[in-house]
Amino acid sequence: MSDINYELNLTVNGERGSFRVSPRLSLADFLREELHLTGTHVGCEQGACGACTVRYNGDQVRACLMYAVQAEGAEVETIEGITESGELAALQEAFHRNNALQCGFCTPGMLIAAADLLKHNPSPDRDQIRAGISGNYCRCTGYHSIVDAVAETCSGGTKEATQ
Amino acid sequence: MSEKPHLSVLDRPNSYIGRSVPRPNARRLLAGRGQYPSNVSLPRMVHVAFARSPFAHARIVGVDTEAARQAPGVVGVFVGEDIAKICQPWVGTLEHFAGMKSAPQYPLAHNVVRWQGEPVVAVVAQTRALAEDALELLLIDYEELPAVTDPETALDPDTPLIHPELGDNLVFGSKVEAGDIERAFAEADLVVEDEFHFGRHTGVTLEPRVVVADYDPSEERLTAYHGTQTPYQMQDVYARHLGLAEENVRVVVKDIGGAFGIKLHVHGEEMTTCALSMLLKRPVKWSADRLESFVSDIHARDHRVRARLALTKDGRILGYDVDDLTGVGAYSVYPRTSAVEGNQVIKLVGAPYTQQHYRAVLKVVLQNKNVMSQYRAVGHPIAFTVTEALVDKAAAELGLDPMELRARNYVPDDAYPYKSASGFTYEGLSLQRSLEKLKEMIGYPELREEQRGLRDKGVYRGIGIATFVEITAPGPAFYGVGGARISSQDGCSMKLEPSGKVQLAISVNELGQGTETIVAQIAATELGIAMEDIRVVTGDTGATPYGGAAWASRGAAIGGEVTVRAARALRDSILEVAGASLQTSPSELDLRDSLVVSREDGEELISLAEVGRIAYFRSDTLPPGFQPQLSVVRHYSPQGLPFAFTNGVHASYVEVDVDTGLVRLLNHWVVEDCGRVLNPKLVDEQARGGVAQGIGMALFEECLYSADGQLTNGSLADYLVPLSSELPDIEVAHIETPSQYSEIGAKGAGEAGTAASPAAIMNAVNDAIAPLGGRVTAMPMTPERILRSLKRI
Amino acid sequence: MKSPQFDYVRPGSLDQVLDLLAEHGDEAQVIAGGQSLVPTMNMRLAAPSVLVDVNHVPGLAGVELCGKWLRIGALTRHAEIACSPEVARHAPLLARAAPYIAHEAIRNRGTFGGSVATADPASEWPACCLTLGARIHLASRKGTRTIPAEDFFEGVYQTAIEPHELITHVEVPAAADGMLYGFDELARRKGDYAIVGLAVQARIGAKGPMKLLRRNDQRLSEVRLGFFGVAETPVLAQQAAAALEGRPLDAESIQAAQSALADDLQPLSDLYTSAEAKTHMTRVLLGRVLHALSGDHSA
Repeated sequence: MSDINYELNLTVNGERGSFRVSPRLSLADFLREELHLTGTHVGCEQGACGACTVRYNGDQVRACLMYAVQAEGAEVETIEGITESGELAALQEAFHRNNALQCGFCTPGMLIAAADLLKHNPSPDRDQIRAGISGNYCRCTGYHSIVDAVAETCSGGTKEATQ
Repeated sequence: MSEKPHLSVLDRPNSYIGRSVPRPNARRLLAGRGQYPSNVSLPRMVHVAFARSPFAHARIVGVDTEAARQAPGVVGVFVGEDIAKICQPWVGTLEHFAGMKSAPQYPLAHNVVRWQGEPVVAVVAQTRALAEDALELLLIDYEELPAVTDPETALDPDTPLIHPELGDNLVFGSKVEAGDIERAFAEADLVVEDEFHFGRHTGVTLEPRVVVADYDPSEERLTAYHGTQTPYQMQDVYARHLGLAEENVRVVVKDIGGAFGIKLHVHGEEMTTCALSMLLKRPVKWSADRLESFVSDIHARDHRVRARLALTKDGRILGYDVDDLTGVGAYSVYPRTSAVEGNQVIKLVGAPYTQQHYRAVLKVVLQNKNVMSQYRAVGHPIAFTVTEALVDKAAAELGLDPMELRARNYVPDDAYPYKSASGFTYEGLSLQRSLEKLKEMIGYPELREEQRGLRDKGVYRGIGIATFVEITAPGPAFYGVGGARISSQDGCSMKLEPSGKVQLAISVNELGQGTETIVAQIAATELGIAMEDIRVVTGDTGATPYGGAAWASRGAAIGGEVTVRAARALRDSILEVAGASLQTSPSELDLRDSLVVSREDGEELISLAEVGRIAYFRSDTLPPGFQPQLSVVRHYSPQGLPFAFTNGVHASYVEVDVDTGLVRLLNHWVVEDCGRVLNPKLVDEQARGGVAQGIGMALFEECLYSADGQLTNGSLADYLVPLSSELPDIEVAHIETPSQYSEIGAKGAGEAGTAASPAAIMNAVNDAIAPLGGRVTAMPMTPERILRSLKRI
Repeated sequence: MKSPQFDYVRPGSLDQVLDLLAEHGDEAQVIAGGQSLVPTMNMRLAAPSVLVDVNHVPGLAGVELCGKWLRIGALTRHAEIACSPEVARHAPLLARAAPYIAHEAIRNRGTFGGSVATADPASEWPACCLTLGARIHLASRKGTRTIPAEDFFEGVYQTAIEPHELITHVEVPAAADGMLYGFDELARRKGDYAIVGLAVQARIGAKGPMKLLRRNDQRLSEVRLGFFGVAETPVLAQQAAAALEGRPLDAESIQAAQSALADDLQPLSDLYTSAEAKTHMTRVLLGRVLHALSGDHSA
């Protein structure tokens, strides 16, 4: 048994690349350490906290619960990619207006989970929003403002921040 | 027209004060561009992993590191003695806590391990994975010793000693007394009492603790990219304990993934990592994994409190009698100690009430468990759960509404300054107004009506109220007088850039609470510029003035005040330059919209950019001898009283499933008075986040230990923090009683949410189950505990 | 929390998978969704030398009605089950249970076969398989075999799977007219493993051609009560089920079933909940699920 390098070809944020990786390297560590996409955070390495949530072939998954080598041929999107594409702009604006983040460590995963929720249910109520993001730990906000931000986004939200 | 008085920062035109301005620095976090220490990667960097004690108490008989040294990618293997050679041990005591004692703590265990998870051997390798591989090759022989885990028996003569040289397992004992407590209880019409248990829990910062230590031997300089709330404190600690010159130690923390009081203590892993960088002369990274966090991040709480409350039959509180026993693990934590929490408990019970008689006894004892120390709202949730649970119990006995009993006993809003039974002086609180506002906010009579109606249908809902009075923004009397090199002052420097914009550097750092935003709001207001024209720099001891940084809800109170003062100094300097250039007196000038204007009639004279241009590039046009001073620095330490006091009241509305013991949180409300509210949204969010952590304490979070000192739920699957589905909406309202000791008048808002939410929830749960004879006085209130109290099992 | 080293293979066919398992035996570990396996490896509680990734093997995923059985490919993701019209129609118990499994990101990746193979005593799919009388289909170089769910779950994380075998699919009996299904669990947080959980299947009224003749017959038969989170494997409460057989679903029969439960289950404590509390909770949960079913049925 050896830690030999395995070939990995995949598309990350629209860019195709070929890499050689150790099979035990998690997708999260691959994104962070090899591609320097440090917006994908690592909080527990056991799939509980959701800080490493990324899109894998269009669906949200835990990047800590996959080995990078498994992503052969896959399309992976991280917070950096979907920020730059502008896809998340409305949600990000609503998070900003509502101060739906403090330390920001959960935020990339939370945004991906929230976007995924809105994809499947464009107008969730507060309980559905809470259920939809229940796999993403936030230790700072108490979630209220995150729920506000998601609710505001799905109602087409242009509501100004309370002055 | 007579000369206008100088406008306070609060009254200036276009003021940002009191406005819910979004946080400019949140944008990078939303884009995944946060600069967390866990993201730091340096050339030649290697990674450390720790072998940790599998036993709660054991002698290290031998360590065989040979196989680990030979493992692929291993750079070095280090045992306790290796690190002790260059890192001095520390002792977590404070001189003003009479009789306090603890033993020297080494970065890596020294001969004896005293808690399961204590770091024993450090393995450094090219990658974290390779370091973990090598850990499996270490052979460490232990001789197990009896573990002391139960605080109740920690002081018994036949209990083994955790540190034999201390003579016993007592860290600290204290007593607070006022009035005549024996007589008060003898003459009371009603005495209610309970024994309360508060489980150990921990902070679970989403980003674990991280340090990247980079020692450069050519300059004897250590740079630590350390996820800490207190970079200056760590600069001091690293310098003194590693034998480095203080000016050669730089601690950098830009973004930090949660702190909550966890990241201001000295832990062995960070000290070891810095020592390793010195030994290896290259950058070393330690990024805790979640399993390590549970056994090594400080734990919190762990109290057994017996308390009784004496009242007259008309519901007047005579006094509290309190006995607090707290288990703090194997060492008192450095440098803030593990006695402060208990010390706050015994001074805060009954704090909102006009009690004349008081007695509180504290014992802080050692255990073979992970160390315990200050975490968000230090001591307050314990004190106010005890205080308010007994008030509710008394109200029930007296047949009084719990709101009414509180209203009868609060220190009245017009009674300030007021000296509390435990010896605190409150500058100004708003307990009565807060309660009135809360009643209105929750629709109290209607809520009671709803509760009664549902009870008839077998639905058990409860309403819980809990008041708090909170210590914030402490001055030097808190740590400084005890010999701890923890600064109570903060510094702010500002410079006018040639462009007319401003760079501001401040020692209070950003944890996500919004410090950078509020200081920009204040500076922009004072300087008459837009917030966008201010760049705030925090979290770098090499770039900011020295200060205490972020702890004890001090950011707004101290950081805000020092910002006003620095901004005023810069403003004066700008007006001097403008005056010199315009050949007019600075007192005739004012700043508005990035312009120097006439103070008299607002006439626009020159822009700040022009001031910058003249000062930096054309000082030859200024009068001879005049030297523009467009960089300023100010420091501020709280003055007046030793601490600020905030106050407020929480309400919780819950539904208890009496057949399963599961609790559903329906609503939570907070009315808080943190003095001047600089940014209402940010204060709301501090309250909400604090409430969520209090909810964790009340219902979910506990570090479970076996009788032999093994942590049995140390993973994020087994340790339960409340998630979005469990938390209710949290409504927040404000009352403002600004401090008169500072211009800004802010007192601090970071911990109010945590201070009384557990108490409100306990009262709500007990209110719900009282008709069935249930009462729970242990946290977390698990289904098991609730079912037992209801005698369902 | 970094996995130990391993070799990785990504077979492109079932044959290749079976060859690899035959070759490496105990040393090999199949990875499908990996949602339980990867944490275990990150904690170094598992250290296979070869990881056999079955995610690219054709034919292992998907749901299909095959006669009276609904065939669920081992590689079918939880999320697919949750929104599959076939599952909703032919295996409503699974559709009800799916939302209780962890969270969306986990459901997108975790697989039905993986969950069955992992055999966590507190997880949903094994209990549903047991309750429905599912058949678990295994393949190896030696051929295929089918094991009834009753004989499949042997202990905590222990099943009848041999090291060289792979679950290819699971069959559950397709729902027929007159069948009732109930599912609920008690958990302190949404998405957590249950403190106690229960999956119920029962037939109400007469079967087949007798139905027309005995239209008012509301008696229960084929009652199966699958509890999970209570023992080392999911458990069928036989006595409680017997107490319901041949009786209408009403307060009286429900109470009889609750009383009989004491003979069926001796729950084990977990980190937070004692055996006594779990015993109590199983009774409460049984009452709730059955009452809800009686409500569903009458409505």
